[in-house]
Amino acid sequence: MNKHIKAVTPETTDLSRRSFLVGTAATGLVLGYAGVPGIGEALAAPSTFEPSVWYAIAPDGLVTVTCGKADMGQHIASTMAQIVAEELGAKWSDMRVNLASNDPKFNDPVLGAQITGGSWSTMMNFEAMSRAGAAGRMALTEGAAASMGVPASELVVRDSVISHPKSKKQMSFADVVKSGKATKTFTPDELKAIKLKTPDQYTMIGVSVPQLDIPSKTNGTAKYGIDVMLPGMAYGAVVTPPVRFGATVKSVDDSAAKKVPGFIKAVTLDDKTGTTSGWVVAVAATYANAKKAAQALKIAYDGGPNAKVSSQSLLDEAMRLQKQEDSGQFFVKDGDPAAAFGSAAKVLEAEYTTSINIHAPMEPMNATAEFKGDILHIYSGNQFATRSGAIAAGAAGIDPKFVVMHQMWLGGGFGRRLDADMMVPAVQAAKAIGKPVKVIYTRENDMTMDFSRPLTYQKVKAGVDGDGKLVALSHDVVSAWPTERWGIPDFLTPSVDKKGPLDSFTVNGADFFYTVPNHHVRAIKNELAHNATPSGQLRSVAPGWTFWAVESMIDEIAAATGKDPAQFRIALLDGKGKNDGGAQRLRNTLLAAMGLSGYGTRQLPKGEGMGVACVSSQERATASWTACVAHVAVAPSGEVTVKKLTVATDVGTQVHPDNIRAQVEGAALWGLSLAMYEKATLKDGGIEQTNFDSYTPLRMSQMPEVAVAVIANGEKATGVGEPAVTVVAPAIGNAIFNASGARVRALPITAEAVKGAMKA
Amino acid sequence: MPTLTINGRSMSVDAANDTPLLWAIREQLQMTGTKFGCGAGLCGACTVHVNGEAVRSCQTMVGDVAGKKITTIEGLAAKGDHPLQKAWIAEQVPQCGYCQSGQIMQAASLLAKNPNPTKEEVVAHMDGNLCRCMTYSRIQKAIMRAATEMRTASASGNERRPT
Repeated sequence: MNKHIKAVTPETTDLSRRSFLVGTAATGLVLGYAGVPGIGEALAAPSTFEPSVWYAIAPDGLVTVTCGKADMGQHIASTMAQIVAEELGAKWSDMRVNLASNDPKFNDPVLGAQITGGSWSTMMNFEAMSRAGAAGRMALTEGAAASMGVPASELVVRDSVISHPKSKKQMSFADVVKSGKATKTFTPDELKAIKLKTPDQYTMIGVSVPQLDIPSKTNGTAKYGIDVMLPGMAYGAVVTPPVRFGATVKSVDDSAAKKVPGFIKAVTLDDKTGTTSGWVVAVAATYANAKKAAQALKIAYDGGPNAKVSSQSLLDEAMRLQKQEDSGQFFVKDGDPAAAFGSAAKVLEAEYTTSINIHAPMEPMNATAEFKGDILHIYSGNQFATRSGAIAAGAAGIDPKFVVMHQMWLGGGFGRRLDADMMVPAVQAAKAIGKPVKVIYTRENDMTMDFSRPLTYQKVKAGVDGDGKLVALSHDVVSAWPTERWGIPDFLTPSVDKKGPLDSFTVNGADFFYTVPNHHVRAIKNELAHNATPSGQLRSVAPGWTFWAVESMIDEIAAATGKDPAQFRIALLDGKGKNDGGAQRLRNTLLAAMGLSGYGTRQLPKGEGMGVACVSSQERATASWTACVAHVAVAPSGEVTVKKLTVATDVGTQVHPDNIRAQVEGAALWGLSLAMYEKATLKDGGIEQTNFDSYTPLRMSQMPEVAVAVIANGEKATGVGEPAVTVVAPAIGNAIFNASGARVRALPITAEAVKGAMKA
Repeated sequence: MPTLTINGRSMSVDAANDTPLLWAIREQLQMTGTKFGCGAGLCGACTVHVNGEAVRSCQTMVGDVAGKKITTIEGLAAKGDHPLQKAWIAEQVPQCGYCQSGQIMQAASLLAKNPNPTKEEVVAHMDGNLCRCMTYSRIQKAIMRAATEMRTASASGNERRPT
């Protein structure tokens, strides 16, 4: 299990050390957790930039939930409001949402920081939001009881109204807030003792209520980072070097830029945070002219140590590292695969690769910086306010406590906005010209300077005994280490061979739920890739490549031993030992996908095939059990048509069924896009793809039929934003094999590779 | 100083004739519903109407549209209740939402000419508009729903299908 899920800092996350505040301030009823120090201040004078913690109820009865998670289209703000509303007893039309600043009081109750990713948000905030909602209901009920002169126990709360059936008296939430009678402090024990609703009592959880953010996203009023306008603001266009990382600026000639109307200054970044290298930002009164000025700058670079690196050299280095016995660290070390291979009846070996992939959210990276007195204000949609605020501070040369991050709606995140590179040019340009500056990347900047999904190389060796049983598997994963780059020890995982921490976000998924007695997983850092292509977390992170290898190899073994690949998986999901519980859920999910797709029920035409895959993404401790059956047609030319994707996912509890379907479908199509259409390459140290003509995510005409089955079996709610990304590529690869006999082992899958792998 | 006719109003913008319409709309007029996505006419996020035709405002220069009738997402319907906007809400289309102004403007130009498009016609018309959240199936459903509403001009029977 990954350390970050447990390793939390007590003073920021231990609810037992906090009091739950309920009190009526001038603005209405304010509810939330607060650190013990400063409770009085928090109540007497709501802090200068944020009036409440998790939610507030105004005298007009409107309930505004403050969401500490970045909302990048997963509707997490609306989901948080839904969980609060369930226990609070509020009417959905009274709910509003607000996006949190980087104040630590909005830190995730489990993670102890403001970070959005991992498909963690619902599972990790469900209880905190439920208890917040319930405490508010209790406070309002007691206040109403005092006003009505009846026992609180006789009151019923529904749709923002508290009623007393016996006397037919009732008060709205607004009435209670206005009365000022809702005053209650919950001790930590009282808070913990609140009896939450059982699922049979839910009236809001499990209902597809209209998402609160959607209307504003149909009429142009939703405000993203790029839409921020500040008085007196100037605009910055960045000039990035031809090398992804490591270049330095030798000289800047701005004589031609000076002729551009409104040009203010060219600022060469001095980035001590190590986030960018060799960047210059051209600042002008308008963005169009900032871009013109940027184009007019004549910049000489020293290409630095990575100026000759290519995709091929990254792959060569990965293969060299994998061959070394002592490279890397162990993530899983069960039994002795080497010995088991010696006595195995059959041994299979295969190499699997994935290419560099670019996030390319539709809203290009941007940030607006403004120095106001001692405070640096940053306006930007960001997934990691805790770290990004620190990077902004580092760029400004100030203490992070003087940085206020103003969260915006994110025009796509997918992990890209966990990074903070955009803060650096905005901050240093604003500092240089003494005015607020909005920096907007061109699409070319955005693509060539992405913190990309790293190029990966995996070697898998499997041993089967005389009965066709999988007895040994060794799995080496070589990649850049995106999470190590953060420099936050809690997000790394101790290696089982005690060789120091490893980046589990490069190997998650390889610790699968199949029972294999001898199983080794080695995480090997590709230092060259790490330095030349600083990598990031791209939607679904490691399971996006580990399951490509694992689920392809499982199929290869089934084929080599003459077994049906689905039945072979079911046998491996026996739930023995540490796999108990998870394995059975995954088995059931696979069966659901098989049933929904009609797997094995009919003869398919020649050239068509179905393939299965099942995954425990994202992490062993946070898995949503997900299976896919892909149906493909393969032409003699090797061209693949994906006809249908059937995805089943066990999410435990569904908060919003319609949104789960939307997320799972989007994730599955991402999986398809990464499997078939998206590839970035490195040449002379630079990413070659610069826009949507050369980097080509899935378009509407390429969309297959997608069927989604959601299993809600009453277990705890799990995440849905990512897992389905990871299951699609192997399902397609396996379907291609069943359709044509061609085994593909490199992503993205090309017609040439399929044709080349077909038996002559 | 060029004068633009946008959403029925005449406005002068402090921008050179070779300024992309996109930036004049967003910065000079501060109407930010029209989005920047690629700057190369490859994604459709910046789609607006010029004399009723869907165009990429990042590829349209201010000097070329003086005197023409420009419509942005803010002006598609006075109250944001164009049948497409209502259908987008009914089908709960947007995820991140960033591309959706462009999607809606692109779709509106289709329905204005073809009130009864086939699925193939929808795909052909919409294929230049990228959605990185991959909401394509809901976009299709919403366009079909809006087309039906525009044809029948009736508000009944528009409840969202149960899930």
